[in-house]
Amino acid sequence: MRIAARVNGLAWSGEVEPRLLLSDFLRSEVGLTGTHVGCEHGVCGACTVQLDGEPVRACLMFAVQVDGREVTTVEGLAEAQPGEAITVEDLHPVQRALHEAHGLQCGFCTPGILMTAEAFLRDNPTPSREEIREAVSGHLCRCTGYHNIVEGVARAAELLAADGPAAHDDDDR
Amino acid sequence: MSRAGGTWVGARVPRNEDVRLLTGRAQFVEDVEPPGALHVAFARSDLPAGRLRGLDAASARTHPGVHAVFTAADLGPLLRPGAVLVPPPPLEGLVFHARTALPLVRDRIRHQGEALAMIVAESRYVAEDAAALVEADIEPLDPVVDLGRALGADAPRVHDDLPSNLAAHVRQTKGDYAAARARADLVLERRFSYDRGIGGAIENRAVVAEWDAGADRLRVWDTTQAPIPVRNVVAASLGLSEAQVRFIAPFVGGGFGPKIMFYAEEILIPWASMRLGRPVKWVEDRYENFFATTQERSQLHDAEIALTREGRILGVRDAFLHDSGAYDPYGLTVPINTQCTLLGPYRVPNYESEFRVAFTNKPIVTPVRGAGRQHGVFVMERLLDLAGRELGLDPVEIRRRNVLGPDELPHNHEIMYQDFTPLRYDSGNYERSLEEAARLVCYDETFPRGRERARADGCAIGVGLVNYVEGTGIGPYEGGRITVEPGGTVRLATGVGTQGQGHFTSFAQIVADAIGVTPADVRVVTGDTSEFHWGTGTFASRGAVVAGNAIHAAARSVREKILRHAAEALEVDPADLELAGGSARVRGAPDLSVDLGALAVSANPLRGAVEPGTEPGLEATSYFGPPYGTTANGTHAVVVAVDPETAMVEILRYLVVHDCGTVINPMIVEGQIHGGVAAGIGNAFYEELVFDEFGGMSNASFMDYLLPTATDVPPIETAHIETPSPLNPLGTKGVGEGGAIPVAAAFAQAVEDALAQIAPGLEILDIPLSPARLFALLRAQREGVVGGREADSSSRREPAAGVP
Repeated sequence: MRIAARVNGLAWSGEVEPRLLLSDFLRSEVGLTGTHVGCEHGVCGACTVQLDGEPVRACLMFAVQVDGREVTTVEGLAEAQPGEAITVEDLHPVQRALHEAHGLQCGFCTPGILMTAEAFLRDNPTPSREEIREAVSGHLCRCTGYHNIVEGVARAAELLAADGPAAHDDDDR
Repeated sequence: MSRAGGTWVGARVPRNEDVRLLTGRAQFVEDVEPPGALHVAFARSDLPAGRLRGLDAASARTHPGVHAVFTAADLGPLLRPGAVLVPPPPLEGLVFHARTALPLVRDRIRHQGEALAMIVAESRYVAEDAAALVEADIEPLDPVVDLGRALGADAPRVHDDLPSNLAAHVRQTKGDYAAARARADLVLERRFSYDRGIGGAIENRAVVAEWDAGADRLRVWDTTQAPIPVRNVVAASLGLSEAQVRFIAPFVGGGFGPKIMFYAEEILIPWASMRLGRPVKWVEDRYENFFATTQERSQLHDAEIALTREGRILGVRDAFLHDSGAYDPYGLTVPINTQCTLLGPYRVPNYESEFRVAFTNKPIVTPVRGAGRQHGVFVMERLLDLAGRELGLDPVEIRRRNVLGPDELPHNHEIMYQDFTPLRYDSGNYERSLEEAARLVCYDETFPRGRERARADGCAIGVGLVNYVEGTGIGPYEGGRITVEPGGTVRLATGVGTQGQGHFTSFAQIVADAIGVTPADVRVVTGDTSEFHWGTGTFASRGAVVAGNAIHAAARSVREKILRHAAEALEVDPADLELAGGSARVRGAPDLSVDLGALAVSANPLRGAVEPGTEPGLEATSYFGPPYGTTANGTHAVVVAVDPETAMVEILRYLVVHDCGTVINPMIVEGQIHGGVAAGIGNAFYEELVFDEFGGMSNASFMDYLLPTATDVPPIETAHIETPSPLNPLGTKGVGEGGAIPVAAAFAQAVEDALAQIAPGLEILDIPLSPARLFALLRAQREGVVGGREADSSSRREPAAGVP
């Protein structure tokens, strides 16, 4: 089937098999391997991306379902272009906050958590620790014990607030 | 970031590796896809025990897009049992029957998920389609499912050529337990069980191989914790020299033990690439991971403790059964860890411990974070709790009376540890750890008052406080090479792989201190055999100890070279120089300086003559091998609330006091502890692999096998005690597993404490303690079953660790 979608702001169009999972589409057709696959049954959350700004599990969707829609992956968060050197200064506030809080270890589940957290903080810019725990509870992480992920998301809320409410709305991501 | 005084070791340095990981640019094995790559899926056995009478792959072979289907018959000389990776230590009276698997099943299926056929196709989708077309004619055999019955005379046999399912028998003793028992005021005897779980790395395993016939070289990307040993095995098996084979373990998405194993796929994928002349890629899926990746934890213990009426330990006796699964490629590491770690930080003058290892028709058991240590800790801590109850001593008091004092260290426990050396504790302050945890949790005064108030309000809350030791940083050795490049960049290569432990940062901190740069200036490469090809791997909490000290030694050597070259360049005495800010400068005259890049250029002259014996460049390679493992220790305290109606347990507070010697990076160390505790909470309360009576796994998915989530794991408080190890120059001890080891023991004590009035005399002897199991225990208690022994699993009532 032929689909046309926008991925991280860039147009993509081409033929895909109807059964091709969105996760496999992003990784092998678009070449964005930052979206990781941990369980392929929608539990671990590692493959979470945003579809029109809302988090979805890329392993539970088919590529054909994103026809005409906008997909954002972890590669779309930071400012730098693919191929360019990237530094801490280039990171999106949610990425920077996880870095500062040591909210990642092996980093395999991290892209999915970032995509959930970014959307969550748009909806709830001043969350409590309990709300953060609830928000990331759809993600399995075996390394961190979640402690520093929760601290990282709380830190992200502070960084986003300091940057001003207008700086990170949908159009400016 | 800068740091006053120039000491990076000990600082909370944010990690060098994070930017790549946070932006999706870090390369994991699944991200590697050489042009023209073919994809593999395996057809695996759904039955745990059977005889393979025939395999019809004809329709799979002719399926469009399939390039090849390989079965055992195609493997030629590769069809031989895998290596025994860790031979058992030389113990007196040892019985050990090594049985390892063939790469693909030839005739006998011994566990669910054993691979029958390998399908190579244009895409993974097509390979899976074709795998479903492979028809296996399997005669089912009676499986060995129940560990308690595995050694019975009537049990079916996993390996026909052995007289029974006994894989190993080990007995180690210290002192004279029988005599100690005879003079004891109290002898307390219990049966304990600890059931099976998974490692649970979020990244499954993956192997990508690319045979380059033109260059006569093989390149393999592999999610392994041990790239160098795996490379060596693969080279030997494929008839290649080690130098022809490059293994790369890039970013690995969690290890936790199972990725230290050598797996058949690690040889089959490279073999297929050589045979087909195409790159070949295999990525394990989550369902496969539940069978094809190793697991841990089933043990049954019959243990007793003998004490004086003052609560002093006279001796401990333990006999346990350990489930090895269908094969035993990893030797006896796990049960020996159990046997040794049981002694904990305590004075145990007499010890009699024997274990039997049984083959069962279950997936293979090899180390998973903790690697058998948590079982030993659970048994010992539970014995102390229950003995204390009999003697009228609270859990902290009975531990106070038995922990080894600082003046009793180093301490030799006389039995042999997994590293083939006597079990010796090099250093630590066990009293301080215990007292610090008791103080922080307000054990003696504030907490009991709060508990009473809560009870008056109908809330069941309780505290648990337990100790552990962890033998870490074992040999044999690791190495590191440091090179200062002409641009001033510092490059560090080491053989250990990294699975999230922060090696790119903590190793860089060690180098930064030695040669006056910042950690961000140090480019670290791990797990690539073309960069460093001596070493054994990342396991047994040894990276920061063994590789860390090798890197420290290499950094000292490079420092000497820098000083020598700088002294020549500046025409001063080396003693007058200091290294800072990426340059060598004269103390008190910072304008007289030369930067490291310039020295690297002059240390590698392109023309002219050099002194005899000159080594080029600012480079050094060093190795470190400890005389024996260093012992870390700690105390965990947990406060829980239990709902007596639903048996749900809520963790109100979790506190870890730990001592891993010199802390290189407290942020990373705390992260290791947090993750360990979360894994321990999973082990203690949520995670259990459930097998039906036919040996089939009933919960092989993340929907049914419950890994803890952010709402299950509480915030974790940590406190560091630093007793440097005398066994290495940095003074480091390992910390990767300590967080996971004592959690079940702490949990059990806290739940019993919470229910002390509602269910007096309740004893938690089986782990995992799921809400369902705790509910059953409470109901049994109400119905007056003595000791509250559970009633939900018939296997647990079988004779346990005794004679078969």
